Formats: sequence, C-alpha cells, structure tokens
Amino acid sequence: MRPARIFADFKIVVRSYLRNPVALFFSLIFPIILIALFGLIFSAVGNSPVSVQVLNLDHNSPASVEFLSALNNTSVVKVQLVNWNASNFAAELGQNDDPVGIILPNGFNASLAAHRPVNLTVFVDPADAASSGTVVGAVQGVANAFNLRLAGGTPVVGFTQQNVGSQVFTYIDYLIPGLIGFSILTSPMFSMVDVAAGYRKDGIFRELSLTPLTRAEWLTSHILWYMSLTFVTAGIMIAAGMELFGAHVDVTLGLVPFLFVGPLLFVSLGMLAGSVAKTPESAALIGNIITFPMMFLSGTFFQVSMFPPALQGFARILPLYYVIDGMNQVMLFSNSARALTDFVVVFLTAIVIFVLAIRFFKWRDE
Amino acid sequence: MADAIEVEHLVKRYGELAAVNDIAFSVRPGTVFSFLGPNGAGKTTTTEILEGLRRTTSGTVRVLGRDPWTETYDLHLEIGVIPQDFRFFEKITPREAVEYYARLFGTSPDPEKLLQQVQLANKAGARFETLSGGQKQKLGLALALTNDPKVCFLDEPTTGLDPTARRAIWEVIRTLKAEGRTVFLTTHYLEEAELLADQVAIIHHGRIIAEGTPQEIIARYGRPEHLRFRASPALADYLRPKVGLPVTVSDGRVDVELHEKRDALRVLSIVEASGIPWEGFSTAQDNLEDVFVRLVGQMDEGTLKSESPA
Repeated sequence: MRPARIFADFKIVVRSYLRNPVALFFSLIFPIILIALFGLIFSAVGNSPVSVQVLNLDHNSPASVEFLSALNNTSVVKVQLVNWNASNFAAELGQNDDPVGIILPNGFNASLAAHRPVNLTVFVDPADAASSGTVVGAVQGVANAFNLRLAGGTPVVGFTQQNVGSQVFTYIDYLIPGLIGFSILTSPMFSMVDVAAGYRKDGIFRELSLTPLTRAEWLTSHILWYMSLTFVTAGIMIAAGMELFGAHVDVTLGLVPFLFVGPLLFVSLGMLAGSVAKTPESAALIGNIITFPMMFLSGTFFQVSMFPPALQGFARILPLYYVIDGMNQVMLFSNSARALTDFVVVFLTAIVIFVLAIRFFKWRDE
Repeated sequence: MADAIEVEHLVKRYGELAAVNDIAFSVRPGTVFSFLGPNGAGKTTTTEILEGLRRTTSGTVRVLGRDPWTETYDLHLEIGVIPQDFRFFEKITPREAVEYYARLFGTSPDPEKLLQQVQLANKAGARFETLSGGQKQKLGLALALTNDPKVCFLDEPTTGLDPTARRAIWEVIRTLKAEGRTVFLTTHYLEEAELLADQVAIIHHGRIIAEGTPQEIIARYGRPEHLRFRASPALADYLRPKVGLPVTVSDGRVDVELHEKRDALRVLSIVEASGIPWEGFSTAQDNLEDVFVRLVGQMDEGTLKSESPA
C-alpha cells in the first residue's frame, strides 16, 4: 500500500464524483429530502398525544406508577388506565380510536428492585405506524432511562427523583441515525456494484492493471471517498433534523467510528457483489438482493423493536442493524458499552468483507 | 543484445478451442514488429499474454527477459500498453490523466510536452467524455508513455479512426522507434504494417502463416510484377512467341508477367516494334494486403501449409 498512489486515485474519484451532478444531488440533497419527507409525514404525531390504554397488573406499585407518570411526561403519549381483563385486552383495544396499549406485569416493582429482567407488553396496530412508532419510542425511551439508572447502580428508590422528560425520543430522533445508516448503505452499495461491473466491461480495470496501482489501494481510495462523503451527509442530516424538526441527538465523537467503519463495510460489500457477478445486469440484481432487505429492516425508517419477533431476529443478522443500533446508542442513549459491541461487530464484518472483496475482485482474467 | 520479446511454442486454449496454437517469434530491441491477422486470429490473445493480462496454456514467453504472468508488476514498470478502444474515466481531462499515471508510476513527465507529442495538447483540459475516438486513442498513447517504457504494445491503435488521426498515430509510432523503443503493433490495416514495421508476422487460426520483413513476405508470397497495356488480343498473340514470358488477355487488357525488372524494357521495345496500337501501360505489384488476402484465403481453402510445426 503506497499512500501516494492511494491519494492519486482518491483525487480521480473525487473529481469524477464532483463533476457528476446526478451523483452530487443524490448524496447531498437527497438526505435533506429524506429527512424532510419522513419528518413531515410523522410530525403530526408530535402535536397531539397518542392515547395509550394501560392495564397495570402491579397494582399501583411505586415503580409502576413512576413508570407510567414518566410515560405521561413525555407528552407524546397520554396514559389512560383501564381495568380490562388481561385475556381480553387486545379485543378491547380494538374498539378504541388509538389502538395502542400496554400491560404492566405483576411483580414489576419487585423485579426492578431485584434487578431482574421484566417485560412490559406493548400492543400496537401495525397499520397505524404513526401512533405505534410513538408509543414504542416513548416506552423504549422511558425503559431505557430506567435501565441506565439500574445499570449505574442507583438505588431503586431514587426513581421518583428522575426527570425522564428529556430522555424520551420522538420519531425524528430515531430517524436521524436511521437515515444516516440508510445513506451509509445505499450510496456505496449502488455505485460500487455499478463500478465493479462497469469498469470491468469497459476495460478500465484492465488499464489500471497495467499500472502499479494495486487492487487494495484502489479499493482503499474508494473507501476513503465514501468515508468523506458520509461525514458530509451525516452532518447535513443532523443539521436538517435539528433545524427543521427540532430533533434531539447527541453529536459526539462516539459517532465517528461508525462513520468510518460503515463505508469500509459497504464499499467492500458492493465491490464483492459486483465482482462475483458475471455481467452488469446480474451485478445489479445481486446488489439489490443484498441492499433492499437491509434498507428497510435494519432500523432505517422504522425501529427494529416495532417488528414482529421473527423479523427482529432477521434484522440482527444484517450488518447495517449494528451500524444503526450503534449510532442510536451514541446519539440517543449515551450507552457506550453497547455502542462498542456494535462497533466491534461491524468492524470485524467489514474486515472479512474487505478481504473477500480483494480476493474476488480481479484486474485480469486467466 | 537479447531480444525484447521472445515467444516459443506458445499455446492458449479456451476449453477445446486453441486461440493460439504453438507459435514462435522474437522481436529485436528498437524495432517495430507488426502482428497481422484477421479478426479472431489470436492477435489480441497473444498481445494480452505478452502484457501479463492472460496466462499461457503452455509455452515460453519472455518480455524484456521477464515472465509476464509471474513478474507482472516489474514488467508493467517497463512497458506501455494502448489497448483497442481505449476507455478512461469520463469526467477526467487528459492533463489530469497524465498526472494520475505519473503519480501511479512515480515518474515525472511534463504533461504538456507528452500531450504535445501525441498531438493532444489542444484538448489537455477537456473531459474524456467529450473527446473524439482519435483523441481518446491519443490519450491512451500518452498514458502508455508516462513511464518512459522500453516496449510499447499497441493493439489496433488506429481502428475506426479517420485518415488524419491515423497518420498522427503513425507519426507517434515513428517517433517511438526513433527514440529507441521497441514497438509491438497489432493491426488489420496492412498499409500500416507495410509503412511502419521492420518485421511482420501474419497469424491466422492461431498459427503464424508468414513471417519476415514486409518486402520479404511480398517477395516470397506475392505474385511477380506485371506490365499491362490496353490493347487488342492481337498484341498478345504477337508477344507470346517473342518475349518468352507468360502473357494473358482480359477485358481489353494485355498482361505480361515479369521475371526480372529488366524484362520490362525488353517487353516495351518489342511492343513498340510490333506496330500494333496500344496505350496506357502500367506496372503492378502485390502489396502486403494482396499477399495477406491471398494467404488467408489459401489457408482457409486448405491449400497453404502453415510455417509453424503441426
């Protein structure tokens, strides 16, 4: 690896890109459009709180009361206590305007006191994405605040002191890491698949193979470019989200590793997909097969926690899930331990994919 | 001095098909070697093997003393290649392209001078996508020269170019030779080979069917020189017993096959003495193209034995 050659190739990549208006539009304007579009669609959610029917089986224990009042304080949901039979809960909920509800289990208080895992049941109507998203987001936010405090070893009695209002996240907050993840995935994947197949067809790899430039140097210069691009688009998205929709996200250094490792992963993956394919058409097909499920199921537009369990399991095998989850951990939950785990998963995957891409991507034929 | 290119018993198979079937040739340093053949004859395959882009099935290949497939990196520092139909990054200008290649090779040519040499200086700042076919090819040539190569491979560099652009490329090839570089030129323009090459090999169906200087090949495979008149068949009848050379008549034209140059003067004086009216005489000799067409045709009919061992 010679830095001079990587830099020379990097300059070519940057120039090619900056002189291509369509590519520029997609990387710089498209993120703003996405943020604006999704922000507008779901901004109504913030205006009037969603009514949530809550069945408290823990009989107004202190922890359950605190939890519910924290939920209420988020101002995006309005808790309405009900006395329905637990087995009839879903059916009763169906009669309601806002078909969302929560069952707080018996022993909630005791479990928290003993630091034992306890599960709430959140009922949502998948057809009503807006109110579902709001409720799941609110419950997750409050639960997260509780968990953080428990993990930090603060006494359980201290609950009532916690102001959880600032810890609650709205849809737009989740949307920012999600859409950054979306662009980390899509812009290198689509263009590298294209480049891999197109350069081979046009003989440009053949030209390059006649120079001292190595495949690893070539791939590295592209990775560097997409890293730079990712920093710019992430900046634009965060600024747009905060300015236009008042998003609350932490912009910390913890975000940086993900902005590096994401492009490393997806530039390599795009190159790998483009290299194993025989023709540009099959390259595009392979690229789509890899990209599309990840595009929707990794927590880009919708949080993975809203998915049915089977789909959540599937999301966890998608590398983009860990990129987005990691960014959620640093930008929303300040949970650096989990962010680190996510980072390690993505980094190791990226290294494997990079090595495979170099292996399969050939300058010359037999 | 050792040969710049040495090829012995080279075979390249794609499955059952032998694209190159046991060929041998060598190229002396500082000469222009032209590799001729119809499309699909094995020219490009051979060239790509010499450039280290393809592996041989069997046989030995040495370029500047190196095995192109295993010593590719070192070889590429010393050779320049202009492929057929040169393509490059659409948005990049010739000046930037030369600077890019210079960086990759770690050399420092003057981009303006190099582009001037290939007659592309006036387009130094134009994006590749806006260049004409000939200009693109010239950029390919300029890039192939950024590392000051000892051997230049030009694979059909003028195919599809207009006559002016072709002549410009020829001029560059002459300069390359004058600078002491070895040039390996594949083409299917026979005129080009005849004008530029010191040595020619004709390949067909993966075998070399003729090799030598253009003049040697013409002398060996070309038909003898002819003297032609427009005249009546009576002149032919008059000449036959007198000149002792083959005389034919067709389309009002009398055709005498010459064995030596001085036969021409003798035939002319006999014609003049005959008193039979004639006009418009001309001489005709096969050029490389005539020889090529005939050799390839004969081989396809199975009447010509290839020079390579079977």
